[in-house]
Amino acid sequence: MFFVATAGVLVSMTLALVRALVGPTVYDRVLAVNIFGTKTVLLIAVLGFLNGRPEFLDLALVYALINFIGTIAVLKFFEFRDLGRGREPLGGGS
Amino acid sequence: MEPVLDVLSWVAILSGLFFMIVGTVGILRMPDILTRLHPAGMTDTMGAGFLLLGMAFQTSDWMVLVRLLFVYLFLLFTSPIASHALARAALVGLGKDKAADQGGVSR
Repeated sequence: MFFVATAGVLVSMTLALVRALVGPTVYDRVLAVNIFGTKTVLLIAVLGFLNGRPEFLDLALVYALINFIGTIAVLKFFEFRDLGRGREPLGGGS
Repeated sequence: MEPVLDVLSWVAILSGLFFMIVGTVGILRMPDILTRLHPAGMTDTMGAGFLLLGMAFQTSDWMVLVRLLFVYLFLLFTSPIASHALARAALVGLGKDKAADQGGVSR
C-alpha cells in the first residue's frame, strides 16, 4: 500500500520538475518548486510508514517549515531585489 | 477491524494520489501563472489531506496521529499564504497584461 503511494508521489514529483524546468517566467518555477517541496514532505512521511518508522514525520514537519520560509524568501527577493528591506512608504516624502 | 481499516486506507491513498497527479498535470497544462495556482492549491489540500488520512488509518499510536494532524494543519496554513504571495509577486513583477493570458492561441 505505501509502496504504491511512494511510486505515485514520485511520479507527480517528476511532473512538477518538468514545469520547474520549462516554466516561462520565474514565478512558474517558484510555484513548481513550492509544489515539489509539498510533495517531498509527503514522500518523507510515506517513506517513514513504508520502513515501519513513523518517527520520520518529525522530519516532514521540519521540511514543511523550511519549504514555506524558502518560498517566501525567494518571492521577496524577486519582488524587492532585497531581502532586508520592505516596500518604500507610499507617497515617499524623503 | 483490520481489513476494514485496510480498505479505508487504500481508498484514501488512491484518492490522494488521484488528486495529486491530476493537480500536477493541471500545473503542466494551464495557460498562465494565475490559473496554475488553482491546481497547485488543490494538490496541497485534497492530495495531501487524503494521503495523510490514509496513513492515519494505519497507525495505532496516538503520537503519530498528532504528528500527522500537525503536518496537515501546517500545510493548510502555509499553502494559501504562499499562493497569495506568489500571485501578488507575479502581478507586481509581470504586470496585469503579462500575468494573465488573454485568451491567446498557446493553450
